[in-house]
Amino acid sequence: MSEQIGTVTWISGPVVRARGSRYVGMLELVEVGEERLVGEVIGLNGDIITVQVYEETSGMKPGAPMYGTGLPLSVELGPGLLKSIFDGVQRPLPLIEIESGSFIGRGMRLDPLYRKDRWKFTPTAKAGDVVSRSAIIGTVMETETFEHRIMVPADLSGTLSWVAPSGEYTIEEPIAKLKVGNQEKILTMLQRWPVRKPRPYLNRLRGTTPLITGQRVLDTFFPVSKGGAAGIPGPFGSGKTVTQHSIAKWADAQVIVYIGCGERGNEMTEVLQEFPHLVDPRSGRPLMERTVLIANTSNMPVAAREASIYTGITIAEYYRDMGYHVALMADSTSRWAEALREVSGRLEEMPAEEGYPAYLAGRLAEFYERAGYVETMNDHIGSVTIVGAVSPPGGDFSEPVTQHTKRFIRCFWALDKSLSSARHFPSINWLDSYSEYLDDVAEWWQEKVGKDWLKMRNHAMELLSEESRLSQIVKLVGPDALPDEERLVLETSRLLREGFLQQNAMDKVDAYSTIQKQIRMLELILHFHERGLRIVKHGAPISLIHNLPIVDTLIRMKSLIPNEELEKMEDIQKQIDEQMSQLDAEYR
Amino acid sequence: MSDVIVQSGQEVVGVGRITGPIMIVEGASNVSYDEVVEIRDGQGNLRRGRVLEVGEKTCVVQIFAGSTGLSIDGTRVRFLGDTLRIPVAEEMLGRVFDGLGNPLDGGPQPLTDHYADVNGQPINPTARIYPRDYIQTGISAIDGLNTLLRGQKLPIFSGAGMPHDQLAAQIVRQATLGAATDAPASGQVEQFAIVFAAMGVKHDVANFFRRSFTDSGALTRVAMFLNLADDPPVERLVTPRAALTLAEYLAYERGMHVLVILTDMTNYCEALRQISNIRGEVPSRKGYPGYLYSDLASMYERTGRIRTSEGSITQIPILTMPSDDITHPVPDLTGYITEGQITLGRELDHSGIYPPIAVLPSLSRLMKDGIGQGRTRGDHPRWGAQLYAAYAHMQDVRSLASVIGEEELGEVDQKYLKFGRAFEKEFVNQSLTENRTIEQTLSIGWRLLSMLPKDELTRVSLDELKQYYKGDDADH
Ligand SMILES: Nc1ncnc2c1ncn2[C@@H]1O[C@H](COP(=O)(O)OP(=O)(O)OP(=O)(O)O)[C@@H](O)[C@H]1O
Ligand SMILES: [Mg+2]
Repeated sequence: MSEQIGTVTWISGPVVRARGSRYVGMLELVEVGEERLVGEVIGLNGDIITVQVYEETSGMKPGAPMYGTGLPLSVELGPGLLKSIFDGVQRPLPLIEIESGSFIGRGMRLDPLYRKDRWKFTPTAKAGDVVSRSAIIGTVMETETFEHRIMVPADLSGTLSWVAPSGEYTIEEPIAKLKVGNQEKILTMLQRWPVRKPRPYLNRLRGTTPLITGQRVLDTFFPVSKGGAAGIPGPFGSGKTVTQHSIAKWADAQVIVYIGCGERGNEMTEVLQEFPHLVDPRSGRPLMERTVLIANTSNMPVAAREASIYTGITIAEYYRDMGYHVALMADSTSRWAEALREVSGRLEEMPAEEGYPAYLAGRLAEFYERAGYVETMNDHIGSVTIVGAVSPPGGDFSEPVTQHTKRFIRCFWALDKSLSSARHFPSINWLDSYSEYLDDVAEWWQEKVGKDWLKMRNHAMELLSEESRLSQIVKLVGPDALPDEERLVLETSRLLREGFLQQNAMDKVDAYSTIQKQIRMLELILHFHERGLRIVKHGAPISLIHNLPIVDTLIRMKSLIPNEELEKMEDIQKQIDEQMSQLDAEYR
Repeated sequence: MSDVIVQSGQEVVGVGRITGPIMIVEGASNVSYDEVVEIRDGQGNLRRGRVLEVGEKTCVVQIFAGSTGLSIDGTRVRFLGDTLRIPVAEEMLGRVFDGLGNPLDGGPQPLTDHYADVNGQPINPTARIYPRDYIQTGISAIDGLNTLLRGQKLPIFSGAGMPHDQLAAQIVRQATLGAATDAPASGQVEQFAIVFAAMGVKHDVANFFRRSFTDSGALTRVAMFLNLADDPPVERLVTPRAALTLAEYLAYERGMHVLVILTDMTNYCEALRQISNIRGEVPSRKGYPGYLYSDLASMYERTGRIRTSEGSITQIPILTMPSDDITHPVPDLTGYITEGQITLGRELDHSGIYPPIAVLPSLSRLMKDGIGQGRTRGDHPRWGAQLYAAYAHMQDVRSLASVIGEEELGEVDQKYLKFGRAFEKEFVNQSLTENRTIEQTLSIGWRLLSMLPKDELTRVSLDELKQYYKGDDADH
């Protein structure tokens, strides 16, 4: 299927040049050398073809053949994606292990989706139906609870001339025939889509539903809406990966695409070993069953790292098009940007800031633009939410990747080294972070919990920023110089920080809070403040308020009260009232 | 110098251009990318190099030993047709090699026909086993608060003049496979094979390690790869890879537990920067090449456990932070790849604390999976969180005290100050030969926490307080 299109003339790491045909297309997939290493055309100049190769090029020689495929870099889509782990160009890592052992060998050509599995196909369309692009023509249970909707390819429409009856089929067997003009196309459950081309949808809608992650600082303070885009920048060790893992575990999305892009091997292994044993609270099934993993770790070829982001987002869009809510995690987008920079450097392109190519911002924009809450081509509602980690050198947010990312996201979760070294986790700085989705999702909260979430949230934020101002003074003169009312602000803020914002991902009870638990916790802490304020005005000294047993209870309630036993919170409220009234009585 | 690979290949006489350790060779055909070359100078002396870039008529070669003494016309270059390989064998333990893997101790070439590519291959994430077994180092600040696991990469971030070598040597001497406090004593101490790579360090340092290995009787379990300060800098780019290649063989093919010490990664990075600058590459921060992250990862990721072998590789790279700056590209990019870091603090060092481990900027990311019930002791995770929280709060109190004076502090804050001093003196501080059990470490920690009022200790559970808290307001 592939013919020789050129001969290699130059090799430098992942970048290879060849002389040959002028008919090769930009971004065409090619194969290089006798080992047929896969690469992608990234430059054309006369008869010189420049290619980035997705594998190690050691041992390659000028004179080696280059073959064309006529196709752009694409992913395979169809049943069997869930539970998979692929490398950056969608090679199935478990099969690679079977082929080449514990270490990843070269020149491996393996089908991303397993061909032999038979899937039970149930048609939902019939011969004679006129179908448009992405129309749903049948379903397959991809896992015990997940319905995979089989769609007409997103670039075809026409009249169905035949639909297979219910039955078991492999992904390569025909399940329908589509008349397009006077051509008849055979449809299978297996489709391909070029990764660099966003999949089409009908309309982009305003997302008004938050992606609930069970992480209090995110859901309550800095929510991202379904279809939104969030960035998590932070220095090393500040908690980007733990936060992303927590979201992958607990977020109320139906499909999770997790891209380990230039990060650690052990972190992917952790997900692989943990997710099959964790139960999705919504489906009751192992978390792995809603997850697709893309692992192109830091020691794997750098060009495939560049591709991994696109591979992941295309798979996410495919599930979105079925009418699902998908959350995509990319850890870390900085490593992806560095891959761009490395290839650009080898091409000797003019660098812009810090050696990054001038098109960095454009590429970031293209990526984040693929997030969205949409009406799909088949009239369903689906979404892709993107959460991208950013790893700024030296933790300095003024660097290009963080700065450009900020332009394309609306939710910024700024991790803070001083919080993480004080073991305040997640170390999301509440003063530097922001969410532009607050107003979008406020109504949803009102509906779900029947309380004015936004008002409470804003009140808590005011206390926290007041605390920050006051602690400047405390640093200079000590806390005793402040009036008791202000010291109460410090006390309540401590409760907010230690009792609410801090959330231990390793603690069974604390790792995930329902929104009901979140709002109730917040309410109790604010209630403490309100009552405290009243009795302080009557003369109760702050030192005694600080020593009330309820303070300890409020800090511990996150890990003492499970999501299912929220009625226990009533008791805490009673204790607040009792202890405060008693103190008040003494000082009135 | 004896040659590792003796193989014939095409030879080219004369080179096009020589700039520092880089040379352009013209007129060679059939050259492959990353191939090893053998360079013969006018006097017939041999050195080796590697192809960095190859075109139809010219190729760029990096010369490991540098270009001193090479001339344009008198230099012969032979292309060996293979990537750089070193012999690997169990009998290399107990031996000393140069930075390219040739014997330095006067002994023979290792007798083996097993030659492995120094670049290795990436471990498939599906083939890994997630590390879970802790290593007892006998050092409280590590075992208690930054627990090291088998298969972890945990660097030491240090600065010029700080005792990182002593600390690394102590870890090597004392490291044993950890056991839970309530586990029956197995009586057998599992020992590590040690692969030691020196990049650009002084003779003193290499000698210090050699003496320390000899004194503790470990020498027969150690393979040393030495590229010292006066050895060619470019060779440094191979040294850690040669060491890791042997480590991989020992761990994954011979099933051994291997501890790899790499020192000093800062020197390695400087050599890489030098080559990059000579080649005129676009620099990123501080002149280091944009691919420094990937380059470091290609070594640090050669750590861990795999399902097909009993063995493991644990890495302790050492690096000195230029001007103690943790945001410098070398520590910064290292921290982004490794699974935490042990950071040494200048102030602790000045106040005579050994090991001067600054616990707040230190971190072991894998710790959570290797401690607790059945591994160390049930209270360990929360005990650690509590010590961290208390010590972090103490830092704020300390800086407040330096402004308003200690006597102006409230009663509780004064207790924190006392706790902080005792923590540094009694927990972090220990002697060069003191080997504490995990039980001892935990009980010192509880003794210190007991200096604080009970209601300050919100990270530990109420049951743990009941069992271990011995302070004034303990229930009697
Ligand atoms: N929510 C949390 N609860 C408890 N511990 C946490 C939490 N978040 C982070 N940590 C701790 O911080 C460590 C570092 O977190 P993480 O690995 O997520 O950092 P990172 O920002 O991804 O760093 P890098 O950029 O180097 O990958 C973890 O190993 C864990 O010990
Ligand atoms: Mg991370």
